[in-house]
Amino acid sequence: MTDTKLDEETRLGAFESTVTAAMTAPEAERVVGRRPRRPRGGRRVSAARKALLYALLVVVVGLVFVPFFWMISSSLKHDNQVFQIPTQWIPTEFVWSNYVDIWTQIPLANYLKNSLFLAIVITFLQLLTGSFAAYGFAKLRFPGRDVLFVAYIATIAVPWQAYMIPQYIMMQQAGLVNTHLSIILLQAFGAFGVFLMRQYYLTIPDELCEAARIDGMSEYGIWARIILPLSKPALASLGLLTFVGVWNDYMGPFIYLTSNDLWTVQLGLRSFVGQYDAQYAMIMTGSVISVIPIVIVFLLGQKQFIQGIATTGLKG
Amino acid sequence: MAVTAPAPLATRERTKRRRRLRDIAVGWSFILPNFAGFALLTLVPMAGAFVLAFMEWDSFTPPEWVGLDNFERMLGDPTFWIALGNTAYYAIGHIPLTMAASLGLALLLNRRLRGLGFFRTAMFFPYVTSLVAVAVVWNMLFNPTAGPINQALEFFGVADPPGWTSSSAWAMPAVIITSVWRDMGYYMVLYLTGLQAIPTEYHEAAEVDGANAWQRFWNVTIPSLRPTTFFVLVMITISSFKVFDLIVVMTDGGPGRATTVLSQLIYRQGIIENRFGYSSAIALVLFVIVLAFTAAQFTLQKRKEL
Repeated sequence: MTDTKLDEETRLGAFESTVTAAMTAPEAERVVGRRPRRPRGGRRVSAARKALLYALLVVVVGLVFVPFFWMISSSLKHDNQVFQIPTQWIPTEFVWSNYVDIWTQIPLANYLKNSLFLAIVITFLQLLTGSFAAYGFAKLRFPGRDVLFVAYIATIAVPWQAYMIPQYIMMQQAGLVNTHLSIILLQAFGAFGVFLMRQYYLTIPDELCEAARIDGMSEYGIWARIILPLSKPALASLGLLTFVGVWNDYMGPFIYLTSNDLWTVQLGLRSFVGQYDAQYAMIMTGSVISVIPIVIVFLLGQKQFIQGIATTGLKG
Repeated sequence: MAVTAPAPLATRERTKRRRRLRDIAVGWSFILPNFAGFALLTLVPMAGAFVLAFMEWDSFTPPEWVGLDNFERMLGDPTFWIALGNTAYYAIGHIPLTMAASLGLALLLNRRLRGLGFFRTAMFFPYVTSLVAVAVVWNMLFNPTAGPINQALEFFGVADPPGWTSSSAWAMPAVIITSVWRDMGYYMVLYLTGLQAIPTEYHEAAEVDGANAWQRFWNVTIPSLRPTTFFVLVMITISSFKVFDLIVVMTDGGPGRATTVLSQLIYRQGIIENRFGYSSAIALVLFVIVLAFTAAQFTLQKRKEL
């Protein structure tokens, strides 16, 4: 008994090393969109031009970041200082109390909690159902598979606006309007996730699954024990993209959520702007707080994030 | 067993059919958890939208088949034409500017240089920032009297800077500037991937042949990037026609109807006014426009390849 188990483990180990080898091969790298350390298209630069280039880059990044700088600087001012002439780029006095007062001014903690809840639940469901379906599309052969996949892909190009009305009517009939469940249902089964995971699974050699099948492993076992552990980078990409997408989504919650205690941070921020449009500094404080979780998530996973876009972007 | 005569034909047929059935069952079992949600919440509504466009339905009266009435009404609805024009205006501004900006950034960042990863991440940042925060900040930057943008313009000698979001002539340019700033990092990533797929040998060969930087750009980089450019163009076109949240938060279609776009009209007619049929008809028009542009771009791309 122990013998067969051990045998199985070594075999699995062998699978893993084969796959690791396959994944680090240049071809796989290109397909998965993993950027080689040195950009191939880039050219070597001389020292004098290098300095010039850095200067140019700093200027460009500086310009692109002006809105962020203004946002943070304004969030630390008094309301009447925000639009002072001439523009104060660095506040004369730092009003840190804005960051304390905002929590009592609007139910920001509740908004953040709602956003976090939706983002986590939807990301989890999307990863689970997306990777499961992707296995069916990438590694199994059965009649109707390709037609079904084309149906998935075709819908990615259809603007949501084109079918949001019937969707809304259906939700209304089911009594789901103004519940978090409506947003979860709306976003957890996206075609995009299936597409991204399938593209990644295609880069995993079929021989791995064949070998496991010969050893008598079921398809579900292959998915759970071989494919899933191998697709961590793709899962990370999809997870990050979904999380950020849900966190930043405005249109879905805007249409479906009407009661204040269900609102996400985006809706809360928007209504804050509508209600207290002269509290410029406080509005900026709210904006900064709404962006902070995304900054953290993005900085933690920016590599996977950009890979995810590059993968789905070019391997259509 | 194996040594004796092969199994009778009927049995073999049966096992074959059983295996086929099992393949189908296993395949579907993988796809079903996602497909159930996808079919119910995407495919069914899509089909529904198509039917609804030919019906008259508000929440009080039962749906009624009216043929092309909704489309006729659209032809005589000035708000529809204004929204269509504004959507086209946005697309015409947003598509080329975003493409130019993202290609420019990608060219700038496609080098062997220490610390470039930091700059790439930084450029991508506007895209991940939430749209509401972006819209709110830019609205303040565009403030006509005391906003930093007009302050800067006055400093550089512009005597009468534009009113931006408070003027009907300048509201759309303000929205376009904001959206270009937000989207360029995303498409930059796609262009960078495309640029890195160009073999260095092409550039080296051109250099040996005496081509200067500009000639290399036009005759090597641009043609090699054609598939990427095509893809980016299709993506930006689709997203331009769908524009909604940025406009809702920045201008809410105003001032007046100066920035009202098609998807806003769909939302107002359908979800606020409950005119499901009419709103679905507008949605169908939007879909056909997007489809037509995508198809046209595909055909042009094919012809170029031949």
